Parts: sequence; C-alpha cells; structure tokens
Amino acid sequence: MTVKEKFETMDYGPAPESDTEAQAWLESFERKFGHFIDGAFTAPGPAFDSRNPATGALLAEVTQARQEDVYAAVKAARRAQGKWAALGGPGRARHLYALARLLQKHARLFSVLETLDTGKPIREARDIDIPLVQRHFYYHAGMAQLMEDSLPDVEPLGVCGQIIPWNFPLLMLAWKVAPALAMGNTVVLKPAEYTPLTALLFAEITRQAGLPKGVVNIVTGDGTVGEMVVKADVDKIAFTGSTAVGRRIREVTAGSGKALTLELGGKSPYIVFDDADLDSAVEGLVDAIWFNQGQVCCAGSRLLVQESVAEDFHARLRRRMDRLRIGDPLDKCIDVGAVVDPVQLARITEMVEGNTAGERHVAGISVPTSGCFYPPTLISGLGPADSLMQEEIFGPVLVSCTFRTPDEAVALANNTRYGLAATLWSENINLALDIAPKLAAGVVWINATNLFDAAAPFGGVRESGFGREGGWEGLTAYTRPKDTRKQLKQRAAPQRNEVATTVIDRTAKLYIGGKQARPDNGHSLPVRDPAGRLLGHVGQGSRKDVRNAVEAARGASAWARTTGHLRAQILYYMAENLSARAMEFAARIDAMTGGRKGAQEVEFCLDRLFTAAAWADKVDGRTAGVPIRGVALAMKEPVGVIGAICPDEAPLLGLMSLMAPAIAMGNRVVLAASEAHPLAATDFYQVIDTSDVPAGVVNILTGRHADLAPTLAAHLDVDAVWSFSSTDLSAEIERASAGNLKRTWVNDGFATDWASLKMRCILNHATEDRTIWIPYGA
Amino acid sequence: MTRETRLSPMQLPQVTEPRNPGMELDMGWVRRAQANSSAIERRVATLPGRRSVKKDHQAAWLLRAITCIDLTTLAGDDTTERVRRLCAKGRHPVRADLLQALGFDRLSVAAICVYHDMVAPAVAALTGSGIPVAAVSTGFPAGLSPFHLRVAEIGESVQAGANEIDIVISRRHVLSGDWQALYDEMRAFRAACGEAHVKAILATGELGTLRNVARASLVCMMAGADFIKTSTGKESVNATLPVSLVMIRAIREYHERTGYRVGYKPAGGISKAKDALVYLSLIKEELGDRWLRPDLFRFGASSLLGDIERQLEHHVTGAYSAAHRHALG
Repeated sequence: MTVKEKFETMDYGPAPESDTEAQAWLESFERKFGHFIDGAFTAPGPAFDSRNPATGALLAEVTQARQEDVYAAVKAARRAQGKWAALGGPGRARHLYALARLLQKHARLFSVLETLDTGKPIREARDIDIPLVQRHFYYHAGMAQLMEDSLPDVEPLGVCGQIIPWNFPLLMLAWKVAPALAMGNTVVLKPAEYTPLTALLFAEITRQAGLPKGVVNIVTGDGTVGEMVVKADVDKIAFTGSTAVGRRIREVTAGSGKALTLELGGKSPYIVFDDADLDSAVEGLVDAIWFNQGQVCCAGSRLLVQESVAEDFHARLRRRMDRLRIGDPLDKCIDVGAVVDPVQLARITEMVEGNTAGERHVAGISVPTSGCFYPPTLISGLGPADSLMQEEIFGPVLVSCTFRTPDEAVALANNTRYGLAATLWSENINLALDIAPKLAAGVVWINATNLFDAAAPFGGVRESGFGREGGWEGLTAYTRPKDTRKQLKQRAAPQRNEVATTVIDRTAKLYIGGKQARPDNGHSLPVRDPAGRLLGHVGQGSRKDVRNAVEAARGASAWARTTGHLRAQILYYMAENLSARAMEFAARIDAMTGGRKGAQEVEFCLDRLFTAAAWADKVDGRTAGVPIRGVALAMKEPVGVIGAICPDEAPLLGLMSLMAPAIAMGNRVVLAASEAHPLAATDFYQVIDTSDVPAGVVNILTGRHADLAPTLAAHLDVDAVWSFSSTDLSAEIERASAGNLKRTWVNDGFATDWASLKMRCILNHATEDRTIWIPYGA
Repeated sequence: MTRETRLSPMQLPQVTEPRNPGMELDMGWVRRAQANSSAIERRVATLPGRRSVKKDHQAAWLLRAITCIDLTTLAGDDTTERVRRLCAKGRHPVRADLLQALGFDRLSVAAICVYHDMVAPAVAALTGSGIPVAAVSTGFPAGLSPFHLRVAEIGESVQAGANEIDIVISRRHVLSGDWQALYDEMRAFRAACGEAHVKAILATGELGTLRNVARASLVCMMAGADFIKTSTGKESVNATLPVSLVMIRAIREYHERTGYRVGYKPAGGISKAKDALVYLSLIKEELGDRWLRPDLFRFGASSLLGDIERQLEHHVTGAYSAAHRHALG
C-alpha cells in the first residue's frame, strides 16, 4: 500500500513492540527454568510449558515443583529470616530501593515478557502494570525505613507463603513481596502456572540487587504446588485468586495458627446515575471491563444504569465497543489482547453461550481467528436473578441491568456474595458521597475506575476475601503484635459440692435483642466455683439461640450509622453504671474464680470502656497520598456482625475487651460468655439495660462454647468470628468460617493477657478498611 | 439543505456535507450536558499510549494533517507582501522533492486564515489554487465591539472574498449563563455569513469550565455553526486535548441527534507533528474517519507545518532534518 493510499484510508497500521530482548533473555536460560531457591536457580526438572496465548508459541519450559523443592525453599526462607529481620528497617529499605531501581532499569524487558506470557496489551503492561510494580517497591522501601520508628509494637511474621494469579503476575508479586520484605519477612512465592516468567526474571533481579540468599524464593508449578506451600511450615499464607481456591485454603489452614489474607473474586458493580458525564462513564467501562480482557478481580463487570438514561447510555456504549481494537498484544495500538489460556477462553465461551437471557451485543470489530481472543461483549437487559449477574465471568463480558432510584442502585449493587470493588458515576457530590459508603466493597471509585496505588489499601469484604494490600493498612498483613504467648491452661471442671445457698434464686436467661430470652432448648447449666459450690444456673444456649441473636444483631444495623460521639456517650454510661456496682461485680468474679483480683478486674473493665469510648470518635482513617488530583480516603468502617467467644481467664474483662471496642466502632456483637464463669456476663445484662444501648447491639449467650461456636462460625450472616475459648475450637471455627469467608481472630490455644492487650490491636480486628477514590477537577 | 459546489483541489474534498442549518435552542439538552474533568483528562492522557502511528502510515497522517491546516497569520504587522508569502507557502506546503518521494504530485493546506484587511490580498494570491480564504471576524479576538459593527464586519469580509468566517462568541453570555443571547448572536452571525461557512470560536480558555465548553458548543451548533473552534490563539490557554474531547463529544452527540456533521478546529498551541498525530487519533477515535478531512477538521496553526516538514524529510531520507531546509511561509 502506498503512502497515498494510506493517506486515503487513514488506518493506524501496525505498531509492533519488539520482543527481541525478551526472547533473548529466555534463550539465555535455553528456555528451561528451575526454581529459585536460596539465591540460585535449581536445575530444571520435570516441566510444563509456558505459552504465548496470542500465538500459542512455546515461551519456555518451567519446572513443576516437588514436595522437596517446597521444603528446600521454606527451609532457605526460614534460615534467612532472622538475619533479614535483624538487618533492620533502614537496611532492608536499601535492598527494596535497589529492587525498585532495577525494575525501572529493566522496565521494557519486564513489560514485553509480561505481555508475551499473559497476552495483555503491551500498553497496559508498559503503562500500568510495571510502573505500579516499581511504585510498590519504592513505597515499601519507605515503609521499611520507617518501620522501627512508626510501628514500634509489631514484628515480622516470619516466613510467608505467597500464591499469586495469572492476570497481573508481576504486579501481584510486587503487592505480596514488597510489604513482606519491608516488614522483615522472607518469602516463598508461587506464581501461576500460566504466567511464571516475570517472577523468574524478578528472581534474577534480586541477585543483581544483592538481596541476601533465601529472602526471596520462587517455586513454580500448578495448584498442587500451591497446596504444598499452604501446608508447609510457613507463618503466613497470602493468596490472590479464585474464591473457590481461597475457601479451600481457609479450610486447610484452619487452626494452624498461620496468618491468612485472601484477595478473591468479585462481580463488582458499576453504577451510572442519570446526572453522570455519560461519555466519560462509557470510557470508564473500557478501563473497567475491557482492561486486561476483563480478567481483573475488581473489574466493573456488572453495569447498573439509571432507567432514565439507560437507552442513551447503552447506545453510546455499543458504539464505543465497536471502536475497540483487539489483536496482537505486542501491537502498541491494541485495546484488548488475548485471554490467558485456551482453558479460560473455553470457560468464558461456555458461560456466555449458556446464557439465554437479555440481549447480546458483540463488538463489531474484526477478531483474530487464531489465538485466545474473545470479543468484547455486552449482555444487557438482565436481572439480578440471571446467573450472569451473579457469577464471575473473568473475561471481556459486561452484563447490565437498570435501576430507578439511588436506594435501588445500592440494593442491586449489594445483591452479591462478593464485595471487592464498586464504581459509581454522578456529577452530584451529595449523591456520590452518600452512596459510596453504602456499597459493600473494599474499594469504591467515584467517577473513575480501576485506580490503584501502593499508598491506597486494596482488598475485599464478604466472599471477596479479607486483608488489605497497600498503605499502612496493608502492613498488618505482614506483622504481628510483639508479645510472648503462653499456652492456655485447661481448667479442670470443679467437683460437685452441694451447699445450699440462702439468697433468692436469680437464674439469668440469654440476652437477645435487648431482652432476656429463655434458651430455646429449655435447659440450664450449673455454674460452680472452684470448690465445686453451686453459684447459680445459666441458660444452655444452642443453635436456635445463635440464630435469634444474629438476627437481632443484623436488625440493629442502624448502630453502624450512629455517630462516634453517641457511641462514646453510651460506653461512658456503661462505665458509670458498672462503676456504681463495682463491688458487686468484683465479688461475683472472686466467687467464680476463687481469686481476689475481682476488684482489679472491674477496674480494668472500666478502663476498657473508657478507652473504647475515647476511640469511638477517633478512629479517623486517613487520606492516602495517591498520585492523582483528588483524594483516596482510607476509611475505617465497622465489620458488621461479630460473633465472639469470650475467655475464661478474665470472665468480665475478656468480654469487655471484645465488646467495648467492637461496639465503639459500630459493630453489633453476639457474645458467648465465659463458659466456666458466665455470671459476671449475665449480671452485666442489667448494666446494658440501663445504659441506653439499643436493642440488638449487644447480645449475650451462655452455654457450652462447643455448642455455640460452630453455629456462629458457620452462620452466613455473621461477618467475623472471634474466639478466646478455653475449649480447643480454633480449628473448627476457622474451618466453618470458610462458608462465607468471614474474618476470624482466634487464640489457637494460647492465653491472652487481657490486662495488657493493646486496644489498637482489637480495633484493627473491629474495623474494615474501605478505600474511596475521589478524583476531582473543576 | 445546500450543497457547496466550490471547486477544490483533488486532495481537498472541501465540502461534501449538507450544511448544519441549526435548530431551535433546546435548553433541556444544554443543561444536561456534563463534563467530568478528571475523567476527560485521563482519557486524553492515555490516548497517546493507546494509539500509535508508525512509518509510512505516519507519513500519510502527517500529509493529511497538512491538508487540514488553516495556515494562519493574525499579527498587527501583517502586510500584503507577508500575506502573499504565506499564500505561496499554502499552495506548496511541502518541498517538491519530498512530496514526490512520498508519491504525491501536489498538496495544499486547507485555507489561509487572516484578518479582514488581508482578505483581498489573500484572495488575489490564491487565485486558481482553490484554497479558500478564512477571515477572523466580529471584533476578533475579544468580540467586544458594537454588535452591529461585528455583524457588518462579516458582510465586508464575505464581500472581499472570504469563503470562511471565524467569528468569536461573546464569552460573557456563557459566563453569565445567558444561553439565549449566545444563541441569538450566533444565529445573527450565521445569517450574515450567507454562503460563507462559519466557524464559531468559543475562546475556551476564557469559559472557566469544561462544562461551559460543552454547553457553549451545543448552543453554537444549535444556532447553525458549521465548525466549532477552540480559541483565537490570543487567550492564555488555547487548544488543549481535554477541551477538544469535550467539543468533539458535543459534535458527535449533535450529529447523532440531528444527522448533521459539524466540523472541529483546534487552534493555538499545536506546533509539533507529534501533537498533530494525537489530535488526529482523538478525532478518529471519538468522531470517526469521516471527520479526518478538511471539510470537517482543521488545525488553526502557524508553526505546525514547519515541524511536519522536518518529520517528512526524516521519513524520506532517514536523517533528522533542519528548519532552514524548508521554505518559510
């Protein structure tokens, strides 16, 4: 074609990025890779292929790890960890800085290799993935530098097992490795089997950076290798991937004491109000669902458009789709590249073909006939009951539905098991700022979508997982409070010692929805002092009582919207009322425990209430310093309904230490009182009754923890479960929590020093981080 | 609908579209217009990374850009001779040997753009070239002279032979929200132009917000503008990509609702070949290929041509070029 013909057609023509350097790098390994363990590559072993999904070409053979490889990697990491932590924050900061610099120096090589391996457009690898990777290492170099000064009360977890997905291979590596290393941990990372290559290049970079041996170890292979990492002798598992696998990891790690963070799937809503800049909202969808071929956990894949503009909006959207360019990911002029693997292509195809509802619009553009390409697709006119509105497709397929009012938009948006991200478009600041906090999502973007930064926490709620990556909040995933833990003493049941009591019988019931309620099964349990003397009876709570209590707690959701000031007032009021009866409670504690520290415990309880009240209006969240014109608010929100099994070590202080901060933050609680010494809790009903606590905010059950905990842990409408029971329930609770992937905080059989437990630590468990991105501009 | 029949050089299908007759002022539509600055800035900031034109295609695009240039001189010291030189450059914007190497025998710019007093010399200098003369008018650049004089100025320029009139709107109508006044003014200007085409200069750098740009664009189109144009080149901020995106989205919506294609002219501050390519890809993406022709797209520029010439020589020879190797305008 002559220049003159091109002058007539005004086509773009090819704009290929060269893959020469990336191919040469692969050749330098003869396209065969071993694992990276203890600072060196192992000899390649039995291998699987890593292919370019756009062409099917073999890129390299990568070794499938065996159990001994995982052992060796964990061993190397364990060996290196002490020294790495002892190097100190500033020492580690220099290493992270060196990594950031090298990532920058080799930016083009990383970008091209990522595109070859994943099929994502070179524009995205070059302009989004790799710059964010660099930024993450720079940011966390800073965190390492500041750790001792800013986080004096925490220490590294130890060895972290990290399992990452194939959609953003190097970026997910960065999100996992940078904070782990910054905080003094060492890592064993398993990249996805489809996309291991940039992780291996990163391994080589760590050698250039002079990172000590064993600090970063990389083992490759399929899901079975992931399972080996999960079961290995590691202190933490960080996983990003599907909800199904995340749930399995939760079950496998239950009771192991391993810290766990999960960043899982989503079906994130993308809400367009009638006063939005519609063209910009359409363009936002390109970044939401056609970014990385829609293979994005937080993709805005569920379009909700206000009815009054729905027709107009969909027309604009279809027209925009017809201008997308799909094809060779290495072409600099491509919007949509290849899906990662034929397996994924088949899955997307099957899901879309299996749907008969709504209207399908396939982008009117030419799609390559070979390679893993799937055309941008819109399925409009669906309702929440259609399975494609609920199931994650993980491909370039957008589904849509309309709404009438802001309330309905929220209801539709939250009608999902997931809760990763949400996007909303409106030019009305009142509307936008009202809706954003109502969306069940860890990240909300206002008039933008898929914005990421190392300074802004990212992560989900509900079945999108738990834990945050990025910002100060993300560091809690790689640290733990400094403390020495003691095994919990098992308490022998006291011998029966029947001595008649002279006072009027005062058998407490259960406390549900602001009222005392008889246990559903009509049974009571005796409460005895250590000498075996009967002190009274409590109701034997069971399954149905848990159900009723959770229902009451859910019904009290208005508590979350009260002001911190009001919650503080109520907590102070509780302290007042408890103080008035301090001697009585002290005597009760002494009678139950046979000790003499009751008065001191009550004093600690008053302090807990005061401290929680003090914090109620001071857990402010922050604005994250993200590189846009706008703000990213890192907000602290209540977790929701928290079930807490209270300890025996401090019958009243334990309960108070869990309840007070939880309700201070706006949560509602279902507490299972100390099983051995429940009477201080039942006495406390009257304090609650007289302190203006709204019904349902605090619910207290008594009975056997082994009866109550499993129901509470499995309950799908409970958002978190905590356990400090003397009964060995941690494993069972964590296993049952996998049902809706609720957050857990369990004692793993260790005793807690309730008098010295830091309020900050409890508040972390009692809050959820929500990041709201608000770009602005006149 | 009228169809222009003016003769044009081969590469310049100057006017093939029915002219936009305008419509009643639709205030509901005007008021609904929204423009989210951050989102618009993100779109234009990522565009150069999303679209790239290389090698022969790039040369073709640069040649296309030349055919869309309104080669402009709007200086107080303009003289007949100066304008004559500019017109000569407009007839032969690219060195003949380069043009030949690229497979073209002739090529010209879209129009020569001058003040009223320079219209007659320009028309004379362009005789037989088919290149139209555009006159800036209506008290350009501030547009604050008496209204009847502004209208009369249009008539004088048309009479002097100007085929295109670049009018300036009263920014105060936008800033005070008097859309009816803006509409009426534009209607009057359009009427005064007669057969000459009218480009409405919004002076976007003085309109305060992108939303005002969107609304002013719609009002001017409703009042019958053939083109909407960003700037006089005399404001402190002239053509920008965000402003362009807002204006061309308005053009697209107007076309979808009415069926009429209105042209777009960014002016001021576009001086690099690379920038021209980004503008062309923005037009291609948001409006479509039909707008990549001089009857619907113009660059208001004076120094852009020089940079394009140097890039073309580099394309032909492989060696980077120098300004003095290309004829002055």
